[in-house]
This record gives sequence, C-alpha cells and structure tokens, in this order.
Amino acid sequence: MTRTPFRTRTLGAAALVAAVALTGAACGKSGDSTNAGSGGGSSSSASKGGDTKSFSYKVNTAADLKGSPVWAKAKKTGKITIGVKADQPGLGFQDVGTKKYSGFDIEIARMVAADLGFAENQINYKTIDSAQREAALSGGQVDLYVGTYTINDERKKQVSFAGPYFVAGQDLLVQKSNSDITGPTTVKGKKVCSVEGSTPLQNISQKKYGATTSSFDKYSKCVNTLLSGQVDAVTTDDAILLGYAAQYPDKLKVVGKPFTKEPYGVGLKKGDTALQTAVDNAITAHEQSGDWKKAFEATLGKSGMTAPQPPAITEK
Amino acid sequence: MDFLNTLTDNTELFRKGFLGTLALTGSSALIALVLGTLMAAFRVSPVPVLRWIGTTWVTILRNTPLTLLFFASVFAVPKLGLNQLTYFVLAMATLGFYTSAFVCEVVRSGINTVPIGQAEAARSLGLTFSQTLRTVILPQAGRTVIGPIGSVLIALTKNSAIAGGFNVVELFSTQKTLTENANPLFAVFFWIALGYLLITLVLSGIFRGLENRLAVAR
Amino acid sequence: MSATVLFDTPGPKARARSKAYTGITGLALAALLGWIGYRFWVTGQFDASMWARFEYTDVQWAIVQGLLTTLKVFAIAGAASLVLGAVLAVGRLSDHAPVRWVSAVIVEFFRAMPLVIMIYALYRWQFTDRPMWALVIGLTLYNGSVQAEVIRAGINAVPRGQAEAAYALGLRKSQVMRVVLVPQAVRSMLPTIISQLVVTLKDTSLGYVITYEELLYVGNQIAATTNTPNGFPYVQVMMVIAPIYIAMCLLLSWAARAIERRGGRTTSTGAALAGAGMAAGD
Repeated sequence: MTRTPFRTRTLGAAALVAAVALTGAACGKSGDSTNAGSGGGSSSSASKGGDTKSFSYKVNTAADLKGSPVWAKAKKTGKITIGVKADQPGLGFQDVGTKKYSGFDIEIARMVAADLGFAENQINYKTIDSAQREAALSGGQVDLYVGTYTINDERKKQVSFAGPYFVAGQDLLVQKSNSDITGPTTVKGKKVCSVEGSTPLQNISQKKYGATTSSFDKYSKCVNTLLSGQVDAVTTDDAILLGYAAQYPDKLKVVGKPFTKEPYGVGLKKGDTALQTAVDNAITAHEQSGDWKKAFEATLGKSGMTAPQPPAITEK
Repeated sequence: MDFLNTLTDNTELFRKGFLGTLALTGSSALIALVLGTLMAAFRVSPVPVLRWIGTTWVTILRNTPLTLLFFASVFAVPKLGLNQLTYFVLAMATLGFYTSAFVCEVVRSGINTVPIGQAEAARSLGLTFSQTLRTVILPQAGRTVIGPIGSVLIALTKNSAIAGGFNVVELFSTQKTLTENANPLFAVFFWIALGYLLITLVLSGIFRGLENRLAVAR
Repeated sequence: MSATVLFDTPGPKARARSKAYTGITGLALAALLGWIGYRFWVTGQFDASMWARFEYTDVQWAIVQGLLTTLKVFAIAGAASLVLGAVLAVGRLSDHAPVRWVSAVIVEFFRAMPLVIMIYALYRWQFTDRPMWALVIGLTLYNGSVQAEVIRAGINAVPRGQAEAAYALGLRKSQVMRVVLVPQAVRSMLPTIISQLVVTLKDTSLGYVITYEELLYVGNQIAATTNTPNGFPYVQVMMVIAPIYIAMCLLLSWAARAIERRGGRTTSTGAALAGAGMAAGD
C-alpha cells in the first residue's frame, strides 16, 4: 500500500547519493589539502605534516652488515620496511591524499636507511600503532621501527633498540583556558587521554596521580576529544604534544613541565647486534654532519622548540 | 599453566569486564525493546507521518554499519557540544538505537501473525487503534515474538563487544591490558569468548523457557 | 496490508484527529531538526573551513580508494561465505555422522562468537601484517555459518518428492544435492541470502578496528589530518561517509526485495526466516 512509493523513493535516494559520491571525484581542486581548512586565524600553525622540505642523504651503497639476518633479507628483496607513525605532526605524519610521510622520525628513518644502503625509493614505510610495535618487530613485519619509541627495560625483553636519537619528556596538553592543570600532580579526578599500549598511559594511570584515563589507538583521537571537551588533558611526550599545540595555537597549550625522560630509540629485532651497531653509527654520523639539526629545525623546530644537543648513544 | 593463570591472575579485570558487558547489554536492551515497540506501533498506526518516521528510523539504522554508528557517536556527536556524555552512555544509546530497528521489525512481523479476526473483533467492539494495539494485538504478538527477540538480544550481546574498541570498559576491552601484560594470546581470547558464550547461553535458555511457557496454541 | 485491519477507514473525526497528530508530530520533528541545526550552527559545523578539504581531488580520491577497498573485501568475503555456507549446509545434512557433527560444531561456534573478537584475534595472531585477511577470514567464517543455516533451511523446504524422484532416477546423494536440492534452496532463499550479504557489507567496517584501510578508516584519517579553526571535521566526515554506506546497503536490500517480489517462489519458511535472519545478524 503505502510501501510502494516509499520503495521507489528510497531507491531513488540511494542511487542519487551513490551517483553524487562517484561523480564528486570528477571535479575538485588538486594539491595538498592537509591544511585546506585553516584560514587567517591560525596562519601561525606551521607544523603541517605535508609541507616539510625533504632532504636527501647520501646512500652508502657499500654497506654490508655481516651477521644481520634482517639486513640480509632486506638487501635481497631490495626493500627495507620501516614502521612509523602516521598521525603525529612534526614527527611521523602521512598525508591522506599523497600518502607521503614526513616529520623528524621520518628523517631519522631516511638517514639510517641511507647509511644501510637503501635509497629513498627502496624504503617501504608502514604505519604501525603503538600497541602493535613489538609484535610487528618480532614478527618480522618491519625491519626497523622509528616512531616515538621510548627505550625501556620492559620492551627490551621483546625487542632491541639503537640510539637514542632524541629525548622527549612526558607532558600534558590542555585547553588554552585551562589553569587548573599545571603538572602531573594536579590531574586528580580529571579525565586524561592517551594512547593504548604507550608508556605515558601507564605513567598517568598510576594511583598516586588519581586521574581517570581513557585511551584510543591514535593521539589524534585523544586530541579530538580534548577539543570537544570530553577530556581535560591529553598526555604523552612533549614533542608529540607540541605538534598538536602548533596546529591549534588559539585553543590548546602544552603545560610545559615534562615529568619523565623518554629516550626515543630505533626499534629492531631482538638480538640483531650487527644491525644495532650500524644504526647507532648512522645516527652518530648524521648528528655530527649537522643533518640531525637541519632535520629537527625543519620538522619539530617549527612548533617552537629549539634544537637541543643530540643525546649520547646508550644502546650498544 | 599460563593458560589458567591468565584467568586466575586477572580475576578482578575479568570481573569488571564481565559486569561492564552485562550493564551495557542490559541497559541497551531496555532502550531497544521500548523504542523498538514504539517504532513498530508507529509503523502500523493510522497517522501517515508516524508511519513515515517508523519506516525511516528502521531503514536508516538497519542499513548503517554499527561500527560507523559507534564512530559517529563517539567522535562526532560530542563535537556538537554534547560533551558531558560518557563513553558508556554513548555506547548504550548507540547499541539501543541500532537494535531498536531490529526489535521493531520483529514486533511488526509478530503483529502480522495475529489473526485478522482478532483485530476485526476488537474494532467491532468499538476499541480505538491504541486500545486495539495495547489490549488485543501486542499481548498476543508479544508471545509469538519471544523467540526472535531472543535472537535479537543475543546479537546485541555480541555486538556490544564493538564498544570495547570505543573506550567502554567491558569484556573485549580487557584484552588491551591482558595482551600488554604479555598473557598468551590464545588464553586471553579464549576466556573473553567464554564470557560472551556464558551470557548468550543463559539468554537463549531464558528465552526458550519463556517461549515454552507462553506459547500460544494456534 | 494487514496494518489496515488495525483501524477503520478514517471518518471525519478520525481524519481530524489524524491531522492533529500529524501537526504535533510535524512540530516535534521540526523542533528536533531545528535543535540539531542550531547545535551545528553554534559549534561552527557549517563553517566553510570544515568542508573545504572535500573539494580537493586527493581527498576525493582517498574516499574512492577506501570505497573500492570496502567493496573488494565485500566481494571476496561475500563469495567465500556463500561457498562455505553451501559446503557446511550439505555437511550438516550428510549421511555420515562425523561430517554432520563437525559441520554443526563449526556453524554453532562461529555463529556464537562476537565477530569483532574473532577478527581482532585473527589480526593479533597471524595477520598483523595483512589485516585484510583477518577481516576476510573473520567475515567468511561468521557469515558462511549463517548462510549455511539459511541454505539448510532452504534444502529442507524443498518438497520431499523432489529428492525421492531424483533418487528414483538413480542419482547419487551428491548429485541429488548438487543438481536438485541446493540450486532450488539457493533460489528460494535468495532474498534471505542477500539480506545476509547486506550484513556482510556492513561488517566490513570492522576493518576500522584492526586499522585496515577501508572506507571508515579512511574517513578517520581524513578527519584526523585536517586542521580547521574548529578542530577536526569528524561531523563532516560522517556526513560524507555514512550516506555512501547507507546507499550501498539500500541498493542491496532493494535487490533482495525485488527478487522476493519477482521470484514468487519463496516458501513460507523462507519468508519467516527472512525476518529472523536479518535480526540475528548484526
């Protein structure tokens, strides 16, 4: 009865929506749209993942790592697979459209890959979230991991590290108007978000802080909940937070009192000492040549952080 | 005995998760049953606008992936200024609304199984539409739909696991902590699955019992 | 149809009342929509900056790729679940008790398991590197088990004389199944089978949970990487992605109903199961 016209109407609507969805792709602007939305007001937001200038590093074609099965396998296939983050502006960020990665971690990855004998087009980036890092390394799905990967003893049971190449510290990101939260001791009873399987989450979950925690697989989701007011703070390493604060300079701020030391290392398969040494050497070499500083200034430096002294290598 | 230890060392975690799943399933079932019956009444009502609302509600919800609904309610709804809703409330509403569309269809088909003569008799006695529905049709339809409603609620229990991916403390989300603490993967998922199985088995038992007791001889 | 027996053909009084209800409902609806529109307005959702990114070809292309990925998974899992469903259905009707048992256990186990847990467990166990296969295998096992029950019901609904006649002609059991019963069962159950395919299509979005780059995941990426003065455009992404999903599912559902109407072969069992099948699936 009344159903027949409804049926045709739903079909019509469905077809229309489908048609719009399909033809929509036929017209549009080209170019990097990452920052399409921010007009005037936030012009100071410099750290856009997409527009980072790309450096090139000299490929060490003579590289030969005796005794590294991971390297040997990568060399044979002609590709090195590096696990990275994709949603951290200034560190590891992937453009949805162009699929290009950029950021300080990416630069480190490129430096290391070059010294291991892999050119830019031989790097196979793979987005791996925090909680999957150990599994991806020990399972051989990635040869190296460069993505805000804090060196700690718990992780060293499952993987090995090279580096550190940078030392960050855990901090808090809050709304600009927030004056209650001034450090980790002031989050009692507040809602704090971080990422599943990350050290910052474990830190802030300690009883002594008394925060209510929530977690997602990506920091961007935490930042989204902070922007819409579902949580009071996002906590993780200052380097990551500064990138987000720079995206929303009139809405967010970093508290600025780092309360931990997070040495970032390059993750690799447990026990591959030959690879570890080679990566260590690569990091040291690029730190000395000034590449490290240049890469920093072009990425994280844009969010208002001055380049520190590179840390000493501890993982040997 | 790593396998057993996964359960015995984490009883508190499992207890919390299990209770979370029960609370989530129970509360969203309540929403789904009430809202679903209301929508079914809308769909058979004499007022065209109400019929239209019922149909639209069911059509949209049944054709939207549940994961998408969760995504929208957790990430998009709070952006409209509704930021005081907790993840549990959002998940409860999402599951309740989604399931109400299926409840509606079950109830509506139940209404169709009530012999036409019953409605005709009610009308000839001078009962209004809402009286006919409330006192004659729905009580009888209610009995025939017990079985299908049971299936819907079992599906709801299973679907509630998706909430675990959206920050609700329930059974599935316990795996985050458990796998982080290096429990064997198989054991983790075995015990979680067993928890769901327990709930669904009890549910199907209850509904089979109800069906037998309240069955209409026709 | 039977809906009309619930109320009399409206007379003048009932028509007036109906009009009043229509008016009230209309007002309530308008108020609701107005309130939603107002929330959109005060939170800046209509701001051009929130929508600007969809004008760019790279984002449009990303959406198309996400859509194609979703359709790819749907095609593989849909086809595989039908094959698995047919195999398991025949298995449950086998003359050999062990085969019956094994089929029954498989069907019951995978129907009872929450799909998201199965997919996630597969992902963590073997397919961290290839989330697509965790998704495809999970979808196939679950939906295959449901399809098995649908096809089995269809086979049981084929009049007994058909099988008896086929045996009388000297066909073997496997031939009877292949040539006589399964084709008729599939045909009579086609609407229900397609309804379950809609469920399969919807559940491809669980790929989001295991970071597989299907449509919903791509939507999240677009939202998470777009900076606007008002934050990430999740609302806008939803308003673009949701209609695509709904349209795809509606088209499939519509196909199911069209076949149901045209076929006319649907037995009463088929029709009854059609409702239950849809409800049981998520």
